Amino acid sequence: MSITAADVEAIAVGAGILGTGGGGNVYVAKLWIRQLLKDGRTIALRPLEETTDDAWVASCGGIGAPTVSFEKLRRGDEELRAMRALEERVGARMDAVVSVEIGGANSMRPMAVAAQAGIPMLDADGMGRAFPELQMETFAMYGVPCVPAAIADDKGAVTLWDTPMDARELERVARARCIEMGGSAGMAQAMRGRDVKRAAIPGSVSLALRLGRAVIDARERKADPIAAALGVSGGRVLLRGKIVDVERRTTAGFARGRVRIAGDGAELAIDFQNEHLIAWETRGGGRGRRAAGPIRPRDKGPLRQMVASVPDLVCIVASDDAEPIGTELLRYGYRVTVLGLPSHPLLRTPEALAVVGPRAFGYDVDFVPLAD
Amino acid sequence: MIRVGVDVGGTNTDAVVMDGTRVVAWAKTTTTPDATSGLVAAVREALANSGVAPGAVRAVMVGTTRFTNAIVERRGLAPTAVVRLGLPATLSVPPLTDWPADLRSAIAARTYVIKGGHEFDGREISALDETDLRRIGRRIREDGHRAVAIVGVFSPVMDRHERRAEAILCQADPGVACSLSHEVGRLGLLERENATVLNACLSDLAARTIDGLVAGLRELRLPAPLYLTQNDGTLMAADDARRYPVRTFSSGPTNSMRGAAFLSGLRDGIVIDVGGTTTDVGAIVRGFPREAGVAVHVGGVRTNFRMPDVLSIGLGGGSHVEDGAVGPRSVGYRLEREARVFGGATLTASDVAVAAGRAAMGDAARVRDLGRDLVARALSRIDAMANEAIDRVRTSADPVPVIAVGGGSVLLPPALPVASRIVRPEHYEVANAVGAAIAEVSGEVDRVFMLAEGRDAVLARAKAEAAQRAVDAGADGERVEIAEVDEVPLTYLPSNSARVRVKAIGPLR
Repeated sequence: MSITAADVEAIAVGAGILGTGGGGNVYVAKLWIRQLLKDGRTIALRPLEETTDDAWVASCGGIGAPTVSFEKLRRGDEELRAMRALEERVGARMDAVVSVEIGGANSMRPMAVAAQAGIPMLDADGMGRAFPELQMETFAMYGVPCVPAAIADDKGAVTLWDTPMDARELERVARARCIEMGGSAGMAQAMRGRDVKRAAIPGSVSLALRLGRAVIDARERKADPIAAALGVSGGRVLLRGKIVDVERRTTAGFARGRVRIAGDGAELAIDFQNEHLIAWETRGGGRGRRAAGPIRPRDKGPLRQMVASVPDLVCIVASDDAEPIGTELLRYGYRVTVLGLPSHPLLRTPEALAVVGPRAFGYDVDFVPLAD
Repeated sequence: MIRVGVDVGGTNTDAVVMDGTRVVAWAKTTTTPDATSGLVAAVREALANSGVAPGAVRAVMVGTTRFTNAIVERRGLAPTAVVRLGLPATLSVPPLTDWPADLRSAIAARTYVIKGGHEFDGREISALDETDLRRIGRRIREDGHRAVAIVGVFSPVMDRHERRAEAILCQADPGVACSLSHEVGRLGLLERENATVLNACLSDLAARTIDGLVAGLRELRLPAPLYLTQNDGTLMAADDARRYPVRTFSSGPTNSMRGAAFLSGLRDGIVIDVGGTTTDVGAIVRGFPREAGVAVHVGGVRTNFRMPDVLSIGLGGGSHVEDGAVGPRSVGYRLEREARVFGGATLTASDVAVAAGRAAMGDAARVRDLGRDLVARALSRIDAMANEAIDRVRTSADPVPVIAVGGGSVLLPPALPVASRIVRPEHYEVANAVGAAIAEVSGEVDRVFMLAEGRDAVLARAKAEAAQRAVDAGADGERVEIAEVDEVPLTYLPSNSARVRVKAIGPLR
């Protein structure tokens, strides 16, 4: 199928929710894709299983701090230039692109490359949501080589890595290079079709599309868009309330912090590192299990009970229209609803939890799947 | 303390004289195109009714929808250039990308994206292209642009390029009004850019309006300082309003909701403000308007202002009644000439209300011939419109208390299915002007703090400072509240530091 302008609107909403607070500025990315479609370019969406084993696939997306992507908008060809550098290195044209993460703006950036290069985008992604680091891609979890990889900035510079290394090492060097490039860059990694089929999360673009359509449709029908979203994604409402505190610090290229939301008789503290990681109950409910996390020394109140954690999705949406609210836009006084959505089974295997479970983010707790 | 509150609306200009929390007198006139003569007439009459001498007035507070309306109606806007400093970044989404075409042409927009702007850590993206800026300065003069919005990437962190660009463009054309984005908005380039362009294109209108109002007060021999009300319900000095007209956006609904809460004594409920052409419906929570979500659209433009969440529908006292349909067309301020009860030829919502005995105005004999069926159908339409609007705004399924204000609120029935009760407080006709008169003063802190001593200590200090500034500006120290806290981490400085912005507000002593 070909992606229409209306599909782009819906994917933007769905990807915003799946972005769990991070994943960059999907609104700005959407305007850019809309312009490419207006200019007469097309974006073909291809089912994952239709990829041949020998095909070359570029997984594309942005790398950097969301704070930066809201402020320093893209030049527009960062990922494309990174992909071109890979093609030169492997000596072949890429047959398709695949999103590195469906959550947030990285749902859109591969569409730009597909439109600019005239190749299809696969209906799949490497995270099923958004995560802050490269080793958290399912490609890395399931043994797909992470190189060759390239990143490109807005000033014309491209850096390519092709010596074998593991994804953590690539994350370290690419992150450092990205900060030198101004905190926001385009990235691409070259993979073979057989590896992508094995390791990618299938159907994630169409999931974002269905999720967005359900929300948009419910808004138009004056029905409850939050219920409509949960009808597509599964999961439940963790709390309805008001933001009472937002603490932020940008360290080592990440936007980190904690937001506190007070609702009817309960309060949640949600830690984020670009994306929301863990929701703690600080007041109300509570079976009293105290949890230790790396942000402890700055606590104002005791963290009592973990309610939801990575890799499950903790999403904050506006209470009235289910518009997803990124961590950058969290502000004192907003009326919000916190959702917990179940993660894809590929993210819950022992291999996956080793890199995207709470311990991988420095918390001394085990992953507990969302309670019903 | 005697204060005069004025609401310059699209149709009427209302003035109230208040002594502390008591409404002493009020007056209502028709809004004039210059805003000033309507204001002078209303204030003069209200003062005459009150017996208060002009010299006894301590402050004049004006709320106006004039600037918002200018954007919505695309009228009186200055030809505006947009200069974005950010190349080679930002090209994927040029300025004004998501703007309605008619608004772009109403401001004869021309956009420039040039080299300049900063990275998140304060480094330059590119050196500011001063040669290009001088060329743009000449071009702005040739094109007859009266205003410029200057928008630098990461200017809230580093404002140097915006200031330098202003100096160069002012040198090229001293008559051009510059709006700098770091003074208008916060991080988030597109929304800040949009707000800055809206502010810039209002610069001519703001200068004319404020000059007119100041001259009007002089004519009235009112020595009191002039304030304008902002969208958060607080006051801004007239000189600031001249430079930042965009901050008055949405002050109309804010004032009417705060006025309604004040007059009714209710702290929670739904306010329905029925005017001549439109009806605004919003929720008050603990005495304050409930705020809209993250992105607020003004005249079709996405911004990140904090604004009350207000639903507007095309129902008012002047709404045309045809075949059982009511509105959205309206006779507006010509009600007292064109409505049937005033001897005119147009059947309006007010005529129907008079025929049914809900309202008393004009000559009831002129609508005696209306068919009962027509009257019943029009009234049930009005009731359904009001009921649906309240239903959309309320936050729970339970019936809510409803406060009805505005001159047109006489159209409303004594009860509605969604309302637990409908209160029409005394002075409901001028709730908006009352809201302006009770506007609160604010104190703001906006600067870089070192977080080494601990974030909690820093925030506590910033909040205390903001509260003290509010008190210095005249707020009652016992009742100052923190309204806004915003932190922007500045990672490029050697130690952990952040730009902290805190706003405290409180009622006048």
